[in-house]
Amino acid sequence: MAFEKVLTRNVGNPAVLRTRGYRDTGGYDALSKALRMAPEEVIEEVKRSGLRGRGGAGFPCGMKWSFVPRQSPQPKYIVCNADESEPGTFKDRLLMEFDPHQLLEGCVIAGWAVGANTTYIYIRGEYTKAASVLEEAVRDAYASGILGDSVLGTGFRHDIHVHRGAGAYICGEETGLLESLEGRLGQPRVKPPFPAVVGAFGCPTVINNVETLCCVPHIVQRGADWFKGIGPDERNTGPKLYAVSGHVERPGTYEHPIGITFQELLDGCGGMYQGRALKAVIPGGASAPMLGPEDREIPLDFDRLARAGSMLGSAAVIVMDETTCVVRATLRLARFFAHESCGQCTPCREGTNWMAKILARIESGKGTEADLDLLASVVPNVGGISLCALGDASQGPVKSMIAKFGEEIRDNLRHGRYPLPRRRIFELGAVA
Amino acid sequence: MTRNTATPTPALPEDVRAEIDALRPRYPTAEALVLPALHLAQRASGGWLPPEMIAAVAAHLDLAPAKVAAVVSFYDMFHDRPVGRHRIRLCTNLSCQLRGADELLEVLAEELGTGEGEVTPDGRCSYVQFECLGSCDTAPMMMVDDEYHENLTPDRVRQIVRGLG
Ligand SMILES: Cc1cc2nc3c(=O)[nH]c(=O)nc-3n(C[C@H](O)[C@H](O)[C@H](O)COP(=O)(O)O)c2cc1C
Ligand code: SF4
Ligand code: FES
Repeated sequence: MAFEKVLTRNVGNPAVLRTRGYRDTGGYDALSKALRMAPEEVIEEVKRSGLRGRGGAGFPCGMKWSFVPRQSPQPKYIVCNADESEPGTFKDRLLMEFDPHQLLEGCVIAGWAVGANTTYIYIRGEYTKAASVLEEAVRDAYASGILGDSVLGTGFRHDIHVHRGAGAYICGEETGLLESLEGRLGQPRVKPPFPAVVGAFGCPTVINNVETLCCVPHIVQRGADWFKGIGPDERNTGPKLYAVSGHVERPGTYEHPIGITFQELLDGCGGMYQGRALKAVIPGGASAPMLGPEDREIPLDFDRLARAGSMLGSAAVIVMDETTCVVRATLRLARFFAHESCGQCTPCREGTNWMAKILARIESGKGTEADLDLLASVVPNVGGISLCALGDASQGPVKSMIAKFGEEIRDNLRHGRYPLPRRRIFELGAVA
Repeated sequence: MTRNTATPTPALPEDVRAEIDALRPRYPTAEALVLPALHLAQRASGGWLPPEMIAAVAAHLDLAPAKVAAVVSFYDMFHDRPVGRHRIRLCTNLSCQLRGADELLEVLAEELGTGEGEVTPDGRCSYVQFECLGSCDTAPMMMVDDEYHENLTPDRVRQIVRGLG
């Protein structure tokens, strides 16, 4: 049976940008249903669905919600993580620009489930279009009685505010995000306490990714069993967006049942760019260790990718063909991590710079085999004792580059082949 | 908090004050207004934040100027030095690199005759390399002011740059 799109079913139908049009497709029915359920029942349904966070870490969503204290003298908050800055990732932008009410509906249901009257959608500052689409949808939802003092006339109050970031990858890390939301540098906090107990403005807070929240209305409406029926097993369930970029014929956001293989995903994108051979693929954003051509049959889900030594992460699939210099590709990612390290922890601050410097030396042709050995000895020391996962994440590309392509790089170094000839995609002639 | 009253507190333009104040009910603290306020202030002052503007934002929110200045320097979208009337951010992260972003960087340098981060002598443009802008399926791409330009080629970049007033 062909898979019927869930999260992206409304993409391309501009009517859904308005509350009216969204309701015509059955939108906000799930909210209405959720408000007739007890909050605990909603949490239970999300738990049973097996939904795992789509932001990178894959934490079970229902369980996260259940950590929020039921009784709290303080207000509680929902924070939607729309910072989407993991290189290669652009799926949340699609969800926000093309179906904003789906996200708002997920936020209000989450608010009902944990007893929060306010959602902040923290959206990366560069997403000006998505932010204005969301703002407009929020205004319309207030005018239609979806948001405000009495959601759908039930007396439950819920407000949603769109809050723009200002360009810093680290603000995607959930406690860096909270610091930023509160008006400070986006430097991650010491955990515990976890945000479910001490989050935004010192209050209990649920932080979820855009795509995670977009799954919620469908789980409520169609049931946990339906959701669980999609995907290979109980731990990997539901529809999943894969953001495919790089050397494929048709890059884009593709919705599939979670756990299709890389080869299946690639076939759906029209195959490799100009029919070239596959060299390497990053299956889950810049932090996910690279895989090679031998890994094409690996199912792209949380557990299979972890077993293969990589991760699903944000499901940003970056495809590199045979003409790619893997050292140069890895160098670009290493520079990214060095630039984005917030500097609080020494191993991360220093280590990310070291890796970038050594890679630059190798790539430019000034390196030796000793540099490759040095690099290998630096990598294990970059993560570890640090406040957030960025340091660990920065190891992924480098470690996997050495594991998968170490021999090839050594051979290139021995024969003085760096810098490898750059494939020019464009001719640089001036406009006539 | 005590403020230094020896120097007169710089004032924010009236409309910026009003826009910031309209957002106050959204947040339990004034500090949470720092990012929204800086976005508004930057837009009102030619795309960058001179020290007086930073001090004015701090004064309006009753925060120490040094705190707000630290925020400005932390985030890539805030500028504490002058920028061109048009700000070009070329994504050179991996997916764009794979699709030719480095060649476009050469085109920008050649077309504008300036280095990264410098303003053209006529004040028209400045460009920087940027991290992934979440548009990797339409790589290579760049952001000009608030707008995304996607599926770029060298000719397209030249055209866009020449069209900027
Ligand atoms: C350095 C770093 C950057 C992150 N960036 C994002 C991001 O842009 N978007 C996101 O949803 N999660 C991001 N995360 C994961 C969040 O910390 C958090 O796990 C997630 O928002 C939780 O939502 P989920 O459970 O729905 O996935 C990042 C984590 C780290 C360590
Ligand atoms: S690991 Fe790196 S990014 Fe994370 S808190 Fe430490 S220094 Fe900052
Ligand atoms: S890598 Fe350029 S937009 Fe993502």
